[in-house]
Amino acid sequence: MALLVAAVGGAAGLSLTALERNINLFFSPSQVQAGEAPDGGVFRVGGMVVDGSVARGEADLSVNFALTDTAATIPVAYTGILPDLFREGQGIVALGAMRGGVFVATQVLAKHDENYMPPEVNQALQAANRGKYGGGDSGAPSLP
Amino acid sequence: MNRFAIPLLAFVVVVAFLGVGLTLKPRELPSPLLGKPAPAFELPGLPPAREAFSSAQMRGDVWLLNVWASWCAACRTEHPLLNRLARAGTLRIVGLNYKDDAADADAWLQRFGNPYTHIAFDRHGRVGIEYGVYGVPETYLIDRHGIIRFKHIGPLTPDIMQHRLLPLVETLNGDSA
Amino acid sequence: MIPELGHFALILALLMALLQAILPLYGSFANIPAWVAVARPAAYGQLLLVALAFAGLLYAFIHGDFSVAYVANHSNSHLPLLYRISGVWGGHEGSLLLWSLILALWSGAVAAFTRHIPDRIAARILSVMAMISVGFFLFMLLTSNPFARLIPAPAEGRDLNPLLQDIGLAIHPPMLYAGYVGFSVAFAFAVAALLGGRLDAAWARWARPWTNIAWMFLTIGIALGSWWAYYELGWGGWWFWDPVENASFMPWLAGTALLHSLAATASRGAFKAWTVLLAVCAFSLSLLGTFLVRSGVLTSVHAFATDPARGLFILIFLGIVVGGSLALYAWRAPALAAHIRFAPLSRETALLINNVFFGALCFAVLTGTLYPLILDALSGAKISVGEPYFNFLFAVIGAPLALCIGVGALLRWKRDHIARLRRQLPAAALVSVGAGLLWPLAMTHHPYSLNAGLGLALGCWVMVSALLGLRERSGGWRWRNLAHTPRSVYGMTLAHFGVGVFIIGVTFTNAYSVEKDLRMARGETVHLAGYGFRFNGVSDHRGVNYDAARGELVVSKSAGGGRRTIALYPEKRTYLVQKNPMTEAAIDAGLTRDLYVALGEALDGDQVWSVRIYYKPFIRWIWLGALLMAGGGLVAATDKRYRRRARSAAGEATAVPPQTAGQAAAG
Repeated sequence: MALLVAAVGGAAGLSLTALERNINLFFSPSQVQAGEAPDGGVFRVGGMVVDGSVARGEADLSVNFALTDTAATIPVAYTGILPDLFREGQGIVALGAMRGGVFVATQVLAKHDENYMPPEVNQALQAANRGKYGGGDSGAPSLP
Repeated sequence: MNRFAIPLLAFVVVVAFLGVGLTLKPRELPSPLLGKPAPAFELPGLPPAREAFSSAQMRGDVWLLNVWASWCAACRTEHPLLNRLARAGTLRIVGLNYKDDAADADAWLQRFGNPYTHIAFDRHGRVGIEYGVYGVPETYLIDRHGIIRFKHIGPLTPDIMQHRLLPLVETLNGDSA
Repeated sequence: MIPELGHFALILALLMALLQAILPLYGSFANIPAWVAVARPAAYGQLLLVALAFAGLLYAFIHGDFSVAYVANHSNSHLPLLYRISGVWGGHEGSLLLWSLILALWSGAVAAFTRHIPDRIAARILSVMAMISVGFFLFMLLTSNPFARLIPAPAEGRDLNPLLQDIGLAIHPPMLYAGYVGFSVAFAFAVAALLGGRLDAAWARWARPWTNIAWMFLTIGIALGSWWAYYELGWGGWWFWDPVENASFMPWLAGTALLHSLAATASRGAFKAWTVLLAVCAFSLSLLGTFLVRSGVLTSVHAFATDPARGLFILIFLGIVVGGSLALYAWRAPALAAHIRFAPLSRETALLINNVFFGALCFAVLTGTLYPLILDALSGAKISVGEPYFNFLFAVIGAPLALCIGVGALLRWKRDHIARLRRQLPAAALVSVGAGLLWPLAMTHHPYSLNAGLGLALGCWVMVSALLGLRERSGGWRWRNLAHTPRSVYGMTLAHFGVGVFIIGVTFTNAYSVEKDLRMARGETVHLAGYGFRFNGVSDHRGVNYDAARGELVVSKSAGGGRRTIALYPEKRTYLVQKNPMTEAAIDAGLTRDLYVALGEALDGDQVWSVRIYYKPFIRWIWLGALLMAGGGLVAATDKRYRRRARSAAGEATAVPPQTAGQAAAG
């Protein structure tokens, strides 16, 4: 019995400590612009890629684009291969940190998720599911 | 205390949280545009025959902007409602045809009826971006001063129409009377 | 017409399930044999009706009847037949129907293969399973009817999500559901035992094969999902700690604990309360998983609330099933507590520790999965729990667990002696530590990796001690002994061996993978982990229902002027209906390494592309380990000893005190 209590207590303590250190907050571009996001800390930001804003580097895989929630817009820099569903006008979520006014992303997600559905994947898929309309939560799509 | 009841208590706590999640009713998205001026736009009409549309021409009127596409099956479920609304003549409905093929869209309207007084053809979804369209269908209610008063994501339902949209239209129409 | 018949069959199935839920249960307490006897025919009838409903939907899919809304949304006339079939469970309504069908299949199997169990008990088990069926039928009929019509019918369907157009994902849900739903049998056994107020070793032996088979399906289902994510999502990860994955992993963790706890209950009559609680948990977590994933509540509270009817139904259903069974547990379990004595050093202790470890792992996953949800509900703050959380906890809890597996496999029931272990363990420890220290030196392409060494040591420790355990239980390596060793021992050995293989696969893949995202021009060659990758450009390719840009990469060994080359053809597909681009990675699979290439996008006309090139050593071992575990579950389930003894125990159990029966089986 004592063993059990100790184990459960230990597991709970361990979980909570680990949890404390590994949560990523989510902010919208408006919040980032208003300075609500932690300076230099890692967080997620979500919004739509502004049409015509995607610019690629000449020699490497760097890419810059602007992310908007229609009220505010922030610049994002990323190096690597973008996900399949990344397109201009598309909702995405990026994980990274602000560096000198630019959000430097380490991960960009345009997730294949029925609850975070770009128009092309199409809510229609859920048509008969009354109201089971994806993208319902424009704020926090899930992270894989 | 009975230690065998601990799992039950833990479960009750989890259910309580899920219950709180349900009562929050966060179905209405906090749209950054609510209460703000609707982005102005001008677009060609749905080819081949329809005339161009400018949001400026709706000034002074309460109107509905309905984002739709022929590829969208959910649009079909709300379409009869829009047709009925149009027939009742309660307010003018403008269709924003979103990322669609003109011929498909035209055929679709012929088949299911056309409730729209104007159809703006947003081939590449540029206007959609300004409105923060995440998917289709979406519906915006815009007052006579061009302010967005209501936004609905997903197909309209009779319930929403009856209890949210129409009362709001009445208030908005009453405001200036 | 056919869809209406399907709908009608579904309604009849609901009625049949109601019959199966109420009459036998009441009859078993009121002593009305005729009502008890209803259970089996009702189970068969329900199976027949659900099968009819399922066949109706299948027919609508195969014939492309787009007047059925669900078909219109998940199929298309150009869809290959295989995916028209798997499209049946490609969405919410159809997966519920598949769930119900599998539940009815399990019910039917229980009805057919429990002749050796007293009728009253079998009737209660079937009745509990029928109650679950009732919940699912109601959920479908009230909120998610797969047969709803869409009038007028569209000319063409919206097509199946391209991600689901894949053989791996076609068979993944049936496997996963077979596992989820299979735990309903253990759950029903547990609830029936609580209702009847009697739980003995014979009960545990009856429940064991069912639990083993369900666990096997779930293991295969999870492994398939992981394999699918690896090759289909195009970035080479095999596990993402996605809420959807976690939802299937939690029942697995609880189920694994249940398997071990059942072993102790079946052989020694120990841990009855644990076993019952774990059976309830395993299935409750399955329910939570299916429902919450399907409703989207795990990814966001908001999705939950987009359809309040469904959300409310789910909550009420979960409350009744889980809350009811846990309340029953709180009420009845105190009577189960049997004081089975065992020494601190004994197999019982090892199994208890096992339960605690798996409980802790399950708790950690549950916390990480639900925490964002709870925080959102409380404060509206949007957070996500990063992978490091899960990785850290699994390393911290998993490593000591692996050490315990090694010792536990060797221990004897009741009381063991440290002296005996001292003879066996040093050899295993020496082999493991030696391998762990030396191996990383042999990986000359890579810097010395402590983690890989630790992983190898742990993996070897588990595998070697699994073999030592086999020798211990069979009484030596002689053929005569081995032939007479019960299958459950082989099952355990195989599964533990699989755990070792899995640990090595995970740690090696993590430590030695080389991943590069590159900009490659046509004709360019890149060297990576001892291989040269030459990019020969991209050409157009036409599939059945998609267009593709198909790249060609020729791979050769960098050193030794290797002549043997491999051509890899990664694709970027655009499906004609839904227009989504999809990455199809090309993989050269091998036991010791995978070469994985995927196209990014065209950067400069068609001449320059972004390309992912990954070298993934030992990644196959991850799934191989999982398959070995599943195989172990299957082998143990076929143990003749259990079935034969179970049969005689059925008669015995009423007369003989359970302890005696338990010890008889302890062997």
